[in-house]
Amino acid sequence: MSTGNMNLTLKIWRQKNNKAKGSLVDYKISEVSPDMSFLEMFDVLNEDLVAKGEEPVVFDHDCREGICGACSMFINGRPHGPKEGITTCQLHMRSFKDGDTIVVEPWRAKAFPVIKDLMVDRAAFDRIIASGGFISVNTGNAQDANSLPIPKVQADSAFEAAACIGCGACVATCKNASAMLFVSAKISQLAQLPQGQPERYRRVQSMVAQMDAEGFGNCTNTGACEAECPKGISLENIARMNRDFYSAKFVSEESI
Amino acid sequence: MAELNAHIPEGELTDKWTKLRSSMPLVNPANKRSIEIIVVGSGLAGASAAATLAEMGYKVKCFCFQDSPRRAHSIAAQGGINAAKNYQNDGDSTYRLFYDTIKGGDYRAREANVHRLAEVSANIIDQCVAQGVPLAREYGGLLDNRSFGGTQVQRTFYAAGQTGQQLLLGAYSALERQVGMGKVEMFTRHEMLEVVVVEGKARGIIARNLLTGELERHSGHAVLLCSGGYGNVFYLSTNAMGSNVTAAWKAHKKGAFFGNPCYTQIHPTCIPVSGDHQSKLTLMSESLRNDGRIWVPKKKDDPRKASEIPEDERDYYLERRYPAFGNLVPRDVASRAAKERCDAGYGVGNSKLAVYLDFKANTERYGRIEASKHNIHNPDKETCMKLGREVIKEKYGNLFDMYAQITGEDPYELPMRIYPAVHYTMGGLWVDYNLMTTVPGLYALGEANFSDHGANRLGASALMQGLADGYFVIPYTIGAYLSKELATKPIPQDHPAFVEAEASAKGILDKFLSIKGTKSVDHFHKKLGKIMWEKCGMARNEKGLKEGIAEIQQLRKEFWSDLRVPGSADEMNPELEKAGRVADFIELGELMCMDALNRNESCGGHFREEYQTEEGEALRDDENYAYVAAWEYKGDVTFELHKEELKFENIKVAQRSYK
Repeated sequence: MSTGNMNLTLKIWRQKNNKAKGSLVDYKISEVSPDMSFLEMFDVLNEDLVAKGEEPVVFDHDCREGICGACSMFINGRPHGPKEGITTCQLHMRSFKDGDTIVVEPWRAKAFPVIKDLMVDRAAFDRIIASGGFISVNTGNAQDANSLPIPKVQADSAFEAAACIGCGACVATCKNASAMLFVSAKISQLAQLPQGQPERYRRVQSMVAQMDAEGFGNCTNTGACEAECPKGISLENIARMNRDFYSAKFVSEESI
Repeated sequence: MAELNAHIPEGELTDKWTKLRSSMPLVNPANKRSIEIIVVGSGLAGASAAATLAEMGYKVKCFCFQDSPRRAHSIAAQGGINAAKNYQNDGDSTYRLFYDTIKGGDYRAREANVHRLAEVSANIIDQCVAQGVPLAREYGGLLDNRSFGGTQVQRTFYAAGQTGQQLLLGAYSALERQVGMGKVEMFTRHEMLEVVVVEGKARGIIARNLLTGELERHSGHAVLLCSGGYGNVFYLSTNAMGSNVTAAWKAHKKGAFFGNPCYTQIHPTCIPVSGDHQSKLTLMSESLRNDGRIWVPKKKDDPRKASEIPEDERDYYLERRYPAFGNLVPRDVASRAAKERCDAGYGVGNSKLAVYLDFKANTERYGRIEASKHNIHNPDKETCMKLGREVIKEKYGNLFDMYAQITGEDPYELPMRIYPAVHYTMGGLWVDYNLMTTVPGLYALGEANFSDHGANRLGASALMQGLADGYFVIPYTIGAYLSKELATKPIPQDHPAFVEAEASAKGILDKFLSIKGTKSVDHFHKKLGKIMWEKCGMARNEKGLKEGIAEIQQLRKEFWSDLRVPGSADEMNPELEKAGRVADFIELGELMCMDALNRNESCGGHFREEYQTEEGEALRDDENYAYVAAWEYKGDVTFELHKEELKFENIKVAQRSYK
């Protein structure tokens, strides 16, 4: 089962560094097995390139099981490819057929500059979290974990928002390159928990301010982010964030 | 030569940590501000340590090779985290968690360390919940628990099958909070390539900026390695592609002893290998063994589908061999039992290297309970299965989806096919009770150290240890060292030790690029993995280990003469990064085989075929091997063995039995 019988044409974005001009380059790849993952197919391509003395394609990846959020390929016009609810590393070649041409590009957004080939810089997400995506509790300050019961429905809803892997597919697919799904997922997780209340309105204001400063676009309710999110993060989170953002103007004593 | 003193505090086991913590020298707030600490790695251990030390007032620099600290491989831990909370009122206690962990580790861990781990376990859960980590809850709003292997209580806290993700995001948010306040300087896409030792003390690191290729000098009063385990020495493992031993190995070469390198955990429930293209293996959480039953056909080479094999022709071999623990025996025991069945010809699937993990019985049982909740009396089987499937989906939905993606089969309909795979390494840098290595000022936390799991780690204990080390141990123990460093001025980065370390790192990178051979890095990595799996894997013997050592030495020669790395050192170059990691894995692989060869007994994950009971269980030799093997690097890939005797004063050492 090691080798298969699929022959494919890949059109891959190659770009030497963030200053160079990039372009799509064609590669032929043969004997692809349907059991391979999409990234394993790239491994085979890169082995061939190294053997030929060419530079392999650079792309971000790490856990290869859909949880670290590193992988980030824009495949045939969709982040993480044609299947719903998965990341690029979970995409398998059985989702394609012999003779297919596959176009692979990096995430495209002003706030995610290309580093090399398919690798982009998503540090803006870390800066947004650093601006307020936390509960200010120093180690050692905690009370007993069961001292504060949280209704299961609420805890589950917070968990669903917390499942975001920070991959950036929402930004890549949005015509405005908006980061609202990502930002609202964190705001919404913490806003639904009792521990998140003291900083609730401060948090939403500072995170939204940082999001704007990073150059992400606004939300026009297209919903592509929700449709393409590999973790099914809901648009409801954006509504919740907007509600908190406006409420903050009225309830917050310390407007930022 | 560094001395091997574990610095275990005097006194009763239950008082050691409390007393030490209360008498530990402190550093006053003004002094903390001028002390710099370097943290390498941003997983559970690294992120929690960096955040906590910064909260205390130290100046922290944190490094990770990923593009964000949130992507460290702790993120992929699925099942849960243990804590002796006794919320289930099922007889749990600090002592019981301590006892289970020592026994689970096959009596090859330090009593004092493990007891401390059990003591702080409850604080971890409190801290994480306070951070907003959404752990699973019951309808009453209180935290839920599940069962894990090697214990008979329910002490595992979880967040669906994404516990590691949620805990790491908690630690990451604490870390980013400190970054935002300017107390932690974060260096992403940086890889540590050297430890800098000045006058016998760790004083900094050389890190390569992976974006530009530039080698950077970073100085500090102490260096914490939180760089994870080395399972990728096997090429195929459940580790992330980037997980590597380089930071730990460079430290080893600078004088830090390496403890018990041969102790490797082979996890029993992973998705089997499907072909030569395979780049990694995916775990199916141990929590599935809660609700799944493992079996193989009673007939050899049975060609029938699982669904066509009637109940009385199935061999639930774990329940048969270990009636007391059944499917919840520890990982080493479950893995060996699966290998035994497959080797004997009872394996399933195309490769015959797999066993079934079947959820049918429990799905139906859950369905029956759900039906009664809905006032459906005498429900038919179909209704039960339908309702039960919903329960299973809520508990393990993401795992079932992962399985379906990878195999193309529906695990709600068919039993999963699973097989053991490399998952975790109990060995690591030798540390004393304070988590300091044999190099003063150099610490190792989390999976990077050898300390708490003995020869086999229990499920849901890795998250516990990583966070214990980072949140609750190092913030205290580091004070003992730093309180003596108050007079130390910022370390000058033009010190000869920095110059030399940087030159050494550069020399290696240049060497990789200048070989200009014919084989890629992956070629060598795959070859190494094959040798390790066959000769130093689930079962080992003297002959195989000796062959393994010779083969690895040969491979090392080939690597350094026939490697091809394209591109240059002054740009983003993943092939160059991999070359450095594989070079270190090759050296480590040899040491692992040497360690396995030295240990003439079987214990936990280390199974020497020559040493087994009549029933095929691991046979320890407490008289001769109740020690930690701590290896010192002596140059040119040679090593010298040092021993730390393990004393069991509170637990009666016995043959481990799960029957």
